Amino acid sequence: MTPSQIVHPAADPDGLEDRLRRFATIWSRAVFPVTATSLTRAEVEEHLLPLARMLSESLHARVFDPRAAQRIGAALVEAHCTDPEALSRTLGVVDAYLVLYCGLGPAQSTDPAAEDGRARCARLQHAVAAGFAGALRTRTLGEQEAIARSALQARSDAVSALHATETRLRAVFEGAAIGIGIADLDGNVLELNETLTRMFGGLEHHVRGKKVTDWAHPEDRPHVWQLHRELIRGEREHFRVEKPFFRNDGTVLWTNLTVSLLRDTEGRPQYQLVLLEDTTERRLLNLRLRYEATHDALTGLPNRTLFSERLEKAISGGENRRFGLCYLDLDGFKVINDSLGHATGDRLLVEVADRLQSCATAPGEMVARLGGDEFVALTTGPDTQHEVRELASRILGVLAAPIRVDGRELSVRGSIGIVEGPAGERTTAEVLRSADITMYRAKSAGGNRYEIADPELDARAITRHGLTTALPAALERGEFFIEYQPLVHMDDGSVHGAEALVRWHHPQHGVLGPDQFIPLAEHTGLIVPLGRWVLQEAVRQAMYWQENHADGGPLRINVNLSPTQLHHPGLVTDTVAVLEGSGLAPGALCLEVTESALIGADEQLLKPLRQLADMGVDIALDDFGTGYSNLANLRRLPVSVLKLDRSFTQGMQHLPVDPVDVKIVEGIVSLAHSLELAVTVEGVETGAQAEQLRELGCDTAQGWYYARPGPPDRLHALSLADAV
Amino acid sequence: MERPVWAAPGIDISMPSVSRMHDFYLGGSHNFEVDREAARRVLALLPGLPKVMQANRAFMSRAVRYAAARGVTQFLDIGSGIPAFGGVHEVALKADPDSRVLCADRDPVAVAHGRAALGKGAAAAFIAADLRRPRQIIDSPEFAGLFDPDRPVALLLLSVLHFVEDADDPYGAVAELRDALAPGSLIVINHAAYDGVPVPEEQAARAVDVYREIRNPLIMRSQDHIARFFEGYEMVEPGLVSPPDWRPDAPAEQEDPYAFTGFAGVGRKA
Repeated sequence: MTPSQIVHPAADPDGLEDRLRRFATIWSRAVFPVTATSLTRAEVEEHLLPLARMLSESLHARVFDPRAAQRIGAALVEAHCTDPEALSRTLGVVDAYLVLYCGLGPAQSTDPAAEDGRARCARLQHAVAAGFAGALRTRTLGEQEAIARSALQARSDAVSALHATETRLRAVFEGAAIGIGIADLDGNVLELNETLTRMFGGLEHHVRGKKVTDWAHPEDRPHVWQLHRELIRGEREHFRVEKPFFRNDGTVLWTNLTVSLLRDTEGRPQYQLVLLEDTTERRLLNLRLRYEATHDALTGLPNRTLFSERLEKAISGGENRRFGLCYLDLDGFKVINDSLGHATGDRLLVEVADRLQSCATAPGEMVARLGGDEFVALTTGPDTQHEVRELASRILGVLAAPIRVDGRELSVRGSIGIVEGPAGERTTAEVLRSADITMYRAKSAGGNRYEIADPELDARAITRHGLTTALPAALERGEFFIEYQPLVHMDDGSVHGAEALVRWHHPQHGVLGPDQFIPLAEHTGLIVPLGRWVLQEAVRQAMYWQENHADGGPLRINVNLSPTQLHHPGLVTDTVAVLEGSGLAPGALCLEVTESALIGADEQLLKPLRQLADMGVDIALDDFGTGYSNLANLRRLPVSVLKLDRSFTQGMQHLPVDPVDVKIVEGIVSLAHSLELAVTVEGVETGAQAEQLRELGCDTAQGWYYARPGPPDRLHALSLADAV
Repeated sequence: MERPVWAAPGIDISMPSVSRMHDFYLGGSHNFEVDREAARRVLALLPGLPKVMQANRAFMSRAVRYAAARGVTQFLDIGSGIPAFGGVHEVALKADPDSRVLCADRDPVAVAHGRAALGKGAAAAFIAADLRRPRQIIDSPEFAGLFDPDRPVALLLLSVLHFVEDADDPYGAVAELRDALAPGSLIVINHAAYDGVPVPEEQAARAVDVYREIRNPLIMRSQDHIARFFEGYEMVEPGLVSPPDWRPDAPAEQEDPYAFTGFAGVGRKA
């Protein structure tokens, strides 16, 4: 090898490249295990190949400059071979293989040039190490600075975020509609917002100058400060109460107060957070609403609501307590209202209220307006039996003087019903009803007086007055039911049919018979829907019997028609609809009309009955013999049955029978039969009676002797029995 | 007590951070003594740990190149940590210069560092977000700004799921992410496991204890449990394997024994 070959190693390019490659392979195998690079070993080798070439070139440079090798050390650091072991292994590989693979060849190893090569190699290693150390130092410092800067940046970001949050929270704190304050556990106020200061009257030092415990108020609920002590001790996290405070000026501030305990990071109690919602106005409003809800707007007297509360309290009072109640209704007020107008009527009521108010001034007395011209006065004094009459007399007394309204002298009188008695026996509703009934008694007796409640008289009034008002609801609630009394063939005693008798199962008074409520229903017109219901039910029942128990022949059904029903234009349509709806043959239905309802009936009134009779419906003349009938008239009526009133047969209950009765019945039966009318007798109670009537030729009968009215299944049993 | 919103975890640099420990394992200096102290305790038990990291990063490189080769150039890297060198961003841009990369981490120091490192390019962003709250990421303006939601995304969950405890429902979070991505999207996961660790499991468990002590528990999961993160996606060949066995460039036998620790895999949304 000549010196020129040292200067121009590329003269043998193939051989050198191959050796450089092998050097790079060895190098990469040495350092790869101690690198953290994500490159593969082959990639690392590719990375090291140019570095190997640089080393080789430095080794052979005409002017030797080892500093070039510093680049090699730096390149290792750049390739993330930062582990000191990577340097150590690199130097080992350079030391052992650089001259071997990139030098002049083993033959010249003892040459001065080879000697020079090894010296160069050693100095190259020094430079690689220096370059590595320098680059690693620079990189380490750079990375340390970068991470420190990042940590600072993160902290500063967090501080700005905290600041932004604090700013927002401060805005919430200051702008909140509720008062917010923070105090330490000793009660020293540390922070408070504008709202809280304003709530207390606008002086901040007034709030700050006091400890939390100085905020007591005489109207504090007793447990407030107990709750507060528990919170300070850490036994509760928060509490919420309604609490009054004194403002700067001594006025009262009502609040919903919430106190919460704030703990430190170790969980120890640290601060108390106070939230105050000003409820002063709401409270006033509530009081006003409560007043308005319990007082009459016109007269300012307590209204029905407040009165009921007081009465409730009075009658549910302890033992030996009594109460007295005056129920006042003005006499003739309606006339004043109608003739002079409501405005005058109202002014009159205001004056009456004032006068009544002056009558009930003793403790335990009150006056209230229930509505319209109805007032009540209540006394719960020690001697109500005496006091309540006194009270009623005073009321009648103050009403005696004429009342001047709009320049007129109006004379007003009143009727008073008094209820007096021991507490704990009756409900408010019962007391008021009794007072109302008694007041009506006073009114019927001419007014301008008081009457005292009497249980017996009440009961009688109830059947008239109370039942009338309860009737419509009773029909809706299904309180009516029907009992059936059998009609029996007199010749063989078999069941011919039944009369439907309506009953009212009254929730308070029990089962009521038709004579107790039918006149009332007549009076109010409720008889029409009630009658329609009875017809429907009875026809449905008859149909049921026909379908299920026709063994003894079809059973007929008798249904009563009241005078009002008779006049009702829907009678025929309703009846037809009911029959068609059920499928019952018209001939199985008999409508019973009282004789008195048909007295003087003109053709117009008889027309619907005639229509029904033409369809095949039987019409029976009920209570025959009580209404001074024009017997000649019977021919004209669309009637097929006569029901003989029980008064004719009463004389035959026991032997010896009254011969006059026998003659009369005999005559009627003969007359009826000659007009082709069947005769039914009512009120048969004994066997003797039955036998006598059978002999007289009556066709059918009903009465206790055969069966009392009962539920529909009883009739069925009876019918089966006679079929056997 | 719930941590206030402004007090993100990791601000307290007197506590070790797994991001900075990771950097130290890889020979970096983006760390503080407290990190190095913890890392040295781990290294005493698992001296070859850097090789695990290296194998995982090599897997990441191959997976990113795999994605880019299939036209998936939107990369969502959650739990990026401190990308000292050869990070997702670097590899992706090298594989396809049009790549978009969104990095996310809940460690604010890592975020600050990541932002400084990424600079203000239009193709990459780094956000402070938590994997446990996936909507923070999907609904972020950066996500909307960088990605076309109709095109597939490569979701990279690299060495991050093993820092999410079951109590924080990592399966729910990953499912939400999977469901949010367009068909053709890829999910790239590597996860720590006792499988393949070349030391007795008891010794590895003591290393795991160190992470619990620094309040950043490391959750070792079985292969079956790790496979559940891919639910609904088709596994790309060769499936869920040790990191060096996933589509190696060179024969995997040459690797350090530590490299075969844990599992790695890629799933694809049909």
